[in-house]
Amino acid sequence: MSTPLVEAVETVEAPDAPARRRRGWRSPSFLVGAALLLAVLALALVSLLWSPYGLDHTDPTARLAGPSPQHWAGTDRLGRDQFTQLMLGARTAMWIGLASVAVAFVIGVPLGLLAAAAGRLAENAVVGVIDIVIAFPTLLLAMLLVTVYGASTAVAISAIGIGVSAEVARLTRISASRVFTQDYVLAARTCGTGPLMILVRHVLPNIWHTLLVQAALAFGVAVIAEASLSYLGLGTPPPAPSWGRMLQEAQSTVSVAPWNVLLPGLAVAVTVVGVNLLGDGLREVLDPQLRQERQAGER
Amino acid sequence: MTVLETTGLTITLDGQPLVRDVSLSLAARDRVGLIGESGSGKSLTALALLGLLPPGMRTSGRILIDGEDHLGAPDRRWRRVRGRTVSIVFQEPLTALDPLMPVGRQIAGPLRLHQGLNRSDAERRAIEWCDRVHLPDPARLVRALPHELSGGQRQRVALAMALACRPRVLIADEPTTALDVTVQAQILTLLDELIEETGVGLLFISHDLPVVAGLARHLLVMRTGRLVESGPVDDVLRRPRSGYARQLVASAAQVTRLARPSVHGEYR
Repeated sequence: MSTPLVEAVETVEAPDAPARRRRGWRSPSFLVGAALLLAVLALALVSLLWSPYGLDHTDPTARLAGPSPQHWAGTDRLGRDQFTQLMLGARTAMWIGLASVAVAFVIGVPLGLLAAAAGRLAENAVVGVIDIVIAFPTLLLAMLLVTVYGASTAVAISAIGIGVSAEVARLTRISASRVFTQDYVLAARTCGTGPLMILVRHVLPNIWHTLLVQAALAFGVAVIAEASLSYLGLGTPPPAPSWGRMLQEAQSTVSVAPWNVLLPGLAVAVTVVGVNLLGDGLREVLDPQLRQERQAGER
Repeated sequence: MTVLETTGLTITLDGQPLVRDVSLSLAARDRVGLIGESGSGKSLTALALLGLLPPGMRTSGRILIDGEDHLGAPDRRWRRVRGRTVSIVFQEPLTALDPLMPVGRQIAGPLRLHQGLNRSDAERRAIEWCDRVHLPDPARLVRALPHELSGGQRQRVALAMALACRPRVLIADEPTTALDVTVQAQILTLLDELIEETGVGLLFISHDLPVVAGLARHLLVMRTGRLVESGPVDDVLRRPRSGYARQLVASAAQVTRLARPSVHGEYR
């Protein structure tokens, strides 16, 4: 009779643990977000090797056809396979998203660190620039750049990157300033550590998790910005496919072929919801405070 | 030989003097206690001696380190003496350590900086220092993060970090105030031991007279930014000249009387 007793004790202990500790990598938002994003990423990667039809392939006999075994997502008014377009569009979205976030971080992180580390004068100057860029609509900035340099992927990436970099710089400055006022930075300075070493040894390790979450959210913003620019004809120029341009082209036939609007819209939504959930999940996984509590709970 | 000397140190913020005309000098093996109530300018004086006052504060007077005036010196020159000639331990051992860095690397930081040790040599020295401050299982402990240590252990780490480069003056800014009384006694014993061992000159800052009196030989009393009394500990305790020092001694004596179990037989 003793065996069931032991079992009973063991099962009582498990639910005792705080809910937060059991989450971590298994938090639902992290898992769902990662799954959604991986699905889109897989679509983009497969398109590098294989797609149902060629990009230029048209099927004049099946214009505006609904989903069928031949055309999984139907065709547009020129008879182009929509699933092919979606796959190639995913590639564009992922590439522009990643590249814009990279641009935003290359500009924003050093600027934010500079503002936090330098004196009051430099900080005010950088904050001023950041505020102006944040107030200035990214789309308007992109239009200006496109007018000057012509529409191209590089211009779209730069425009989105610069627009997003302001938010990155602001977050970097705020997080870094918080670290700079900590006692352990003062303690490091009392040991003779220079400003650069303090940045590398103390500030960056204490803020990178915040920045990584911001990168996930910025990726979502960049994907929407790319779709918007392409919708307006200012993003990636044809023939490179883009979800935004698919939406724009399908607009005139929305009453006869609603799926042509629905699917690219859904693709954008899935990607953005995916990275936002992933960002939330990452925050739970990476936040040092939560992590410490988790570790403390495990001991 | 005098390592650290300051004469006429005055600190002002927006024209308001916070510390006025403080003079003190420290040589190796000196044990100076600086006592005063909170807000009297003790900690500001300590920070000024390391050139680390918050921006906006102005200083005048002289701060001589090894005979060279460092007041108003560029940060580059200050950085050469910080940790190497003059070190400091702060009150709060939790916030004074980087929460995300293993404590061994934090002790090794100044060693790598000032003595150019490589990673493994510095880590070996960090383990030695953990041993010298009597931390248990040093080889394993150097990989622990600050939150995995108790308050007393953290303060031991902070002491190891401050003494790692063998400075000749250690400023201890209320190093035991945030600790339990029992842990406080252990840290004071350790501090005493380390001073004897390394010959470092000590400037011990506190508001707690019994704590200071136990460790220091010379006492400075500070009030509202001014030194009001200075002398050997015994003299100040027996014959306090300033009104404030008299108050301090009287209240400390009262606390001790209340805390001490009665020896005169009332309860026997």
